[in-house]
Amino acid sequence: MQFTAMILSNVEVSPGYWRMRMTAPPECASARPGQFVMVRVNGAIDPLLRRPFGIFDIGSYTPAQSGAHPQPYMEMLYRVVGKGTAMLSALHGSDLLDILGPLGKGFDLGAPDEEKLIVGGGVGLAPLYLLAKELIKESKVRLFAGGRTRDDILCITEFERLGVECYTATEDGSLGECGLVTEALLRRLDQMQGGATIYACGPHGMLNAVAGIAAERSIPCQVSLEGYMACGVGACLGCVAPGRSHSPETPDFRCVCTEGPVFEAGELKWRE
Amino acid sequence: MKPDMSVNLAGIPLRNPVMTASGTFGYGEEFAEYVDMASIGAFITKGLSLKARAGNPTPRIVETPGGMLNAIGLQNVGIDAFITKKVPYLRSVNTPAIANFFGNTVDEYAEMARRLDEIPEVAGLEVNISCPNVKLGGIVFGTDPDSAASVVSACRAATKKPLIVKLSPNVTDVVAMARACEDAGADALSLINTLIGMAIDLNRRRPVLANITGGFSGPAIKPIALRMVWQVAKAVKVPIIGIGGIMNAVDALEFMLAGATAVQVGTASFINPGAAQKIAEDMEAWLIANGVADIKSLIGALET
Repeated sequence: MQFTAMILSNVEVSPGYWRMRMTAPPECASARPGQFVMVRVNGAIDPLLRRPFGIFDIGSYTPAQSGAHPQPYMEMLYRVVGKGTAMLSALHGSDLLDILGPLGKGFDLGAPDEEKLIVGGGVGLAPLYLLAKELIKESKVRLFAGGRTRDDILCITEFERLGVECYTATEDGSLGECGLVTEALLRRLDQMQGGATIYACGPHGMLNAVAGIAAERSIPCQVSLEGYMACGVGACLGCVAPGRSHSPETPDFRCVCTEGPVFEAGELKWRE
Repeated sequence: MKPDMSVNLAGIPLRNPVMTASGTFGYGEEFAEYVDMASIGAFITKGLSLKARAGNPTPRIVETPGGMLNAIGLQNVGIDAFITKKVPYLRSVNTPAIANFFGNTVDEYAEMARRLDEIPEVAGLEVNISCPNVKLGGIVFGTDPDSAASVVSACRAATKKPLIVKLSPNVTDVVAMARACEDAGADALSLINTLIGMAIDLNRRRPVLANITGGFSGPAIKPIALRMVWQVAKAVKVPIIGIGGIMNAVDALEFMLAGATAVQVGTASFINPGAAQKIAEDMEAWLIANGVADIKSLIGALET
């Protein structure tokens, strides 16, 4: 689906990280956690391509005018990394955006009785909030949020408000534990009795470590990947990721935008 | 009054001159949600080969001002899976599908032409002798007139369907390439494929693309494409398909003035999956606004 969204708010939630709320058509209400949208920052030819963003939240709001009915909204959490995201951060309420989506396959919500462990690194939390919101309806949910410094730990209070138990770790120790988020995850896994599913999104190094932990302990694990993509609909084939049996001699590529962005960790090729 | 938007492309009747370029429109079905196929002239499939190809390592694409570089590496499902998995969709749409293909050798090109000739749903063939991103096939045949002629002759002998040859801009003399392909039996020429470019990540001191170089496309290349279409149109008799940075109806109409009978929309479909349909509609609106009754009257109508 392609639609024009009106920005409702665009706020810097931490240095360099922004949260944008925009209007969305009713069809967006059924977006699955883990799906993404392709956003055209402006109508000019530079930047030329759309930018992919995970859907942070979906909800409804009631416009200020009298007699207004509740309307759906969508939120994105993004980091300013280049020209496109810098331009996005300069937009204001009532500005319009051209959006394609929701796109891709979302997370599988798994069995209700098992514990859900969500691991997010930095802006990797973007698709995990909507996931937590769905999972908490039926399961115990714990979030492990990691970053380089406290500035990279985003929107934790929102997760806590849902009833998610949150653990934080920063590499410089400025918030939560000093170290990698995977250490806190490992400690929790060591204490656990019953079944669990891991969900992760973040830098590739973190995903690699989480996938390794999950494989070692035979715990189901889903990861959400990023990819350089032009179209988001499976045509450009720019965003592929190496699949489990990939090697230079026998290539095995999976298309992140249409086969993902969420994959079972075991489907992908990881560093040994 | 509605203007006549139809053109005839080497025996393929098109309801309008707007086609979608190979490699930017998948196998058609990826865009079914966004484009009414019956609103465009034709679509061209992703480049096909005898065996499936997995393509190049990543990163495969990078954006540059006004354009993008890609080094996908001709990833495709291969001819057998094309027939079993993709052709049924072609059957379901009321729009000509043109199969783009390539080979590693002249014999492979001819074999591909033979296989595609047997598929009733394929309205025409587009020979890719211009992919800049693979070692074998593609551009090695597209930069030398004699090699190009040998590929085109072999394909010509293997198919009765309309045969389009897609030309590379990465040559010194595109007119010599065009003439060689026309003489070897091409029914139409499409140009231009992407220009070879590169992007560098200063901080990492490394090329951005895993393939180091890639094919440059998008609005930034339009002036080069227009110039080449104009040069080739003056030199050959076969119809020309103009390709290169077409983002809107004005761009498309400029290519027709330069001598193109039809156009292909490429990178624009990545940005707006419905771009080809919108361009066709806006071209018709331009004709109405300017009192042009037949779009064919614009082909090569540039005044110099």
